[in-house]
Amino acid sequence: MSTAAAVEFDGIGQSFSGVRVLRGVSFTVGASRTLGLVGENGAGKSTLMNILGGNLRSDTGRMILRGQPYAPAHPTDATRAGIGLIHQELNLFSNLTIAENIFLTSFPRARALPWIDQRTLHARTAALLRDVGLELAPDTLVDRLSAGERQLVEIARALSLDARLIIFDEPTTSLSARETGTLFALLRRLQSQGIALIYISHILDHVRQLCHDLVVLRDGAVVAQGPIETFSTPAIVSAMVGRNLTQLYPTRRGAPATEPALEVRGVSQPHIVCDIRFTLRRGEVLGLSGLMGAGRSELARILFGLDPCSRGEILVSGRPLAGANTRRRIERGLAFLTEDRRHEGLCLEASIADNLALASIRSHARTPLKLIDRTGWQRAISTIREAVRLTAKAEDTQPAQTLSGGNQQKVVLGKWLLASPSVLILDEPTRGVDVGAKFELYQLIMDLADRGSGILVISSEIEELIGVCDRILVMSQGEIRGEFSRPEFSSERLLAAALPRESPA
Amino acid sequence: MNATPSALLLTALRHASLVLFVTIIAVFGALAPKFLTADNAINVLIQSTPTGIVAVGMTFVLLTAGVDLSVGAIMFLSAAIAGKMLAAGQPLPLALGAMLATGLGFGAINAFFITRLRIAPFIVTLALLFVGRGLALTITQTRAMNLPDRFLQLGSARVAGVPLPLVVLGAVLLVAHVVLMRTPFGRQIYALGNHPANARKAGIRTQRILATVYLISGLCAALGGILSLAQLGAVSPKFGEAYEFKAIAAAVLGGTSLFGGRGAVFPGTLLGAVLIQSIESGLVILNADPYLYPVITAAVIFLAVLTDSTRHTLLARLNRRRIRQELPT
Ligand SMILES: Nc1ncnc2c1ncn2[C@@H]1O[C@H](COP(=O)(O)OP(=O)(O)OP(=O)(O)O)[C@@H](O)[C@H]1O
Ligand SMILES: [Mg+2]
Repeated sequence: MSTAAAVEFDGIGQSFSGVRVLRGVSFTVGASRTLGLVGENGAGKSTLMNILGGNLRSDTGRMILRGQPYAPAHPTDATRAGIGLIHQELNLFSNLTIAENIFLTSFPRARALPWIDQRTLHARTAALLRDVGLELAPDTLVDRLSAGERQLVEIARALSLDARLIIFDEPTTSLSARETGTLFALLRRLQSQGIALIYISHILDHVRQLCHDLVVLRDGAVVAQGPIETFSTPAIVSAMVGRNLTQLYPTRRGAPATEPALEVRGVSQPHIVCDIRFTLRRGEVLGLSGLMGAGRSELARILFGLDPCSRGEILVSGRPLAGANTRRRIERGLAFLTEDRRHEGLCLEASIADNLALASIRSHARTPLKLIDRTGWQRAISTIREAVRLTAKAEDTQPAQTLSGGNQQKVVLGKWLLASPSVLILDEPTRGVDVGAKFELYQLIMDLADRGSGILVISSEIEELIGVCDRILVMSQGEIRGEFSRPEFSSERLLAAALPRESPA
Repeated sequence: MNATPSALLLTALRHASLVLFVTIIAVFGALAPKFLTADNAINVLIQSTPTGIVAVGMTFVLLTAGVDLSVGAIMFLSAAIAGKMLAAGQPLPLALGAMLATGLGFGAINAFFITRLRIAPFIVTLALLFVGRGLALTITQTRAMNLPDRFLQLGSARVAGVPLPLVVLGAVLLVAHVVLMRTPFGRQIYALGNHPANARKAGIRTQRILATVYLISGLCAALGGILSLAQLGAVSPKFGEAYEFKAIAAAVLGGTSLFGGRGAVFPGTLLGAVLIQSIESGLVILNADPYLYPVITAAVIFLAVLTDSTRHTLLARLNRRRIRQELPT
C-alpha cells in the first residue's frame, strides 16, 4: 500500500460574494485513515467538501491527491479520481429506481451496445443493497423510500464507485438507531479495506467512535487538529465554539402554569394513531419520545391539520379547533416546525427575509389596501435574526438555500417565533445543529415557554428530551405508552416504554 | 368495504389517457358509425403520424422541463427549402436530406442559445418560431408551392403492406422508447428533469443532454414535416402552423409533465397524438363547425391535465399513508 496521503489540502480559500467562508485551510488525511471534521454550523465543512468533490472551484489553494496535484473541474473528475461524496442534503432522483440512482453515471452496458445491461445492473445493485443492509428490490422507485432508506441508497452509490476516499457529510441525521448501527459496521469494514474516510458530524460521540484524526474548523479556518486521542470532548467543543461551554442544556427557570394550552382528547386515525389523550399546559415543555415510526410526526401533522383524523377533539387555549384548516390553526396560535426543513419548512429559493416573514406577514399588512408596512417588517426581521442568532454573514436577501444546514433550521424557527404561537410543535428541532447553536435553540424554546406558550418537542435523542422537558410522553405503534415527570426521567425507562409490544392477536 | 371502488378509481386514474381515449372513440362511434370503420381508423392513424413524430421530439424536451415552440416553423422552413430544391430539379433524396439538415440546424441554434447563453427555452424557441416562419415566407414569396408527384407517392407507399408513414412512426417510437427507457442518456434525461442542480452534482453532463434534446426535437420536427408534406403535396403559407401546440398537447395528453422528469413516448405520446387526430377527424365526419375544433380539443386537454393533477395529489396521499399498526378488529 502506498504511503502517500489520501488527500492534502493546502491553503484552500473560498468566498461567496465577498464573504470569506474558508480561509487558508490546510490539513492532511492520511492513507487509510479516518478523519473527523467538526465545526459549528456555517464553519465551512460542506463547502470544503464541495471543493474536494468538484462541485466548486476554490478561489485559492491547491489539493494533492495521493501525491498528485488535483484540481477537479466537474464532479465526474472527482469520481474518476476515486472520491465518493455523500452530500449532507440528499441528492437522489425520486422519479428513478434505486438501481438507476446508484449507477446514473456509470451504467453497465451490454458489450458494445448502447443500452443498459439490466441484468448486471440488477445484480450489482442487489449486492450493494445487501452491503448497506437495505432490504429492498433494486427497481423500487426512490419516491417510495423513507429519508433513512434514501440515505443508505446514497451510501450504496458511493460504494459503487470503488472510491478510495469517501466523504460522509452528516450521514446519520435521518437514520434510526438501528440504521446508524448498520452504517457504522459498514464504515468499519471500509476502514479495514484501507479506504480513507472523512466523517462530518455534530454528534461528537460518533466522531470519537469512528475517527483516527480530528480537524476542527471555526469560521472557515482550522483551529485544532491532531489524533483524536489528544482531545477531550470539552476541548473539542470549546475549539468549535471558541469559548467554554460548561453545560449542554440551559437551566430551566420558569415552571408550567395550570391553564391548558393544548388539549388532545381521544384523537384517532385508522392505521396511524389510536386514542391519543394529553394536555399541554401553558409554559410547559412537553417531550414526545419514541422510536422512528412510532407515529410521533404523524400525530404532529394531525394536530396541525395537515392530515385528517377520524375521531377525537383538539382544543387550543380551551376552544375546540373543530375541523379548522391549517391556516386557521396558525391564526389560532398553533405552529409546527417540521422534520423535513428543506422540503416542508423552507422556500429554498426565496430570500431569508421572505422565509422569516412567511407565517406572520399578514400582521404587517396595513391600510385598507393591505400593503406591507415595510419598516415595521424590516424591524421584526432584524429583531428575530438577533434572537435566533442567525449568522451575521448572511444578507437578508440571500436565498435560504445558501445557508448552512443549521442556519436554515434557525430561519424556520425564527419564522414561527415571529408568529408568537401559543402552542409550538417542534419535530426533531436540533437535527444537524451544532452543540453551541443547540444550546441557543433550547434557550429560545424555554424563553418561549416562560412567556406562556406550550411547547411540544418530538426528538429521537432521549438525552435532549431529558435535558429540556418538564414532562415526557412515550409513543409506540401509534399509541401513548407512558408518561414520565421530571423526577422519573431515565433513558432506560423511556427506552423500555418505547419498544413495541408483541402483536395483540 | 369501499376498497373496491377506490381501487377501481385509482386504476382508472392511473390510465387516465387510455380511459379518455376509449371514451372519445366511443362517443364519436355512437354519434357517427362511420367513425368506427377500419378504413377510418387507418386513416386517422396515418394522419396522426406528423403530429406523433413531432410530439416524440417534444416529449424529450418536455422531460427536461423545457419547451420547443419552434417545431412548426422548422416544418415550414424545411418544407419550403425542399420545395425550392425540387422545383429546381434537384433529386428527391437530396431534398429530403436538406430538410433533415434544416431541422438539425435549427435544433443546434436552439441548443446553442439555451445551453451556452443560458436563455430560457421559451424565449429562444419562440424567437426561432418567428425567424423560421419569416425565412420560409421569404423563400416561398408567401405563395403556395405544389410539389412533384414523387413526393406524394412517399405518402402512399407501402413497406411489406404497411403504409410508409406508419412504418416511419413505428421506427421513431421504437428508437425513442429504447433511448428513453434503456440507455444511460435516457435515464439521465429523467434525472435532469427531476432536479437539474442535483443532476449536475451527480456528475451528469447536463448541458450536453439539454443540447442533444433540442437537436432531437429539431430532427423530429423536420421528419414530421416530410410526412406532412407527403400527405398534403403542397407547401402553403400555413404549413406546420400550430404544430407546437399540437405536439405539446399530444405529449401532455399522454401523461408527460410540463415540469419535467415524468412521461413516456410509448404509449403516452402516441396515444395523445392519435387522440388529437381522432377528435379532429370525428368532428369532420360529424360536419361540425371548423371553428369549434380548437375549442373542443382544448377542452379535452384541459380534462386530461385536470385528471392528471388530481391523480397526483391522490396517489401522493395514498403513498404517504404507510400503515403503522394493525387495527385489532
Ligand atoms: N452559494 C453560496 N452563496 C453564499 N453563501 C454560501 C453559499 N454556500 C455556502 N455559503 C455560506 O458559506 C458558509 C459555510 O457553509 P457550509 O455549508 O460549508 O457550512 P457547514 O460547516 O457545512 O455547516 P453545517 O454544519 O450547518 O452543515 C455559510 O455561512 C453559508 O451561508
Ligand atoms: Mg454542512
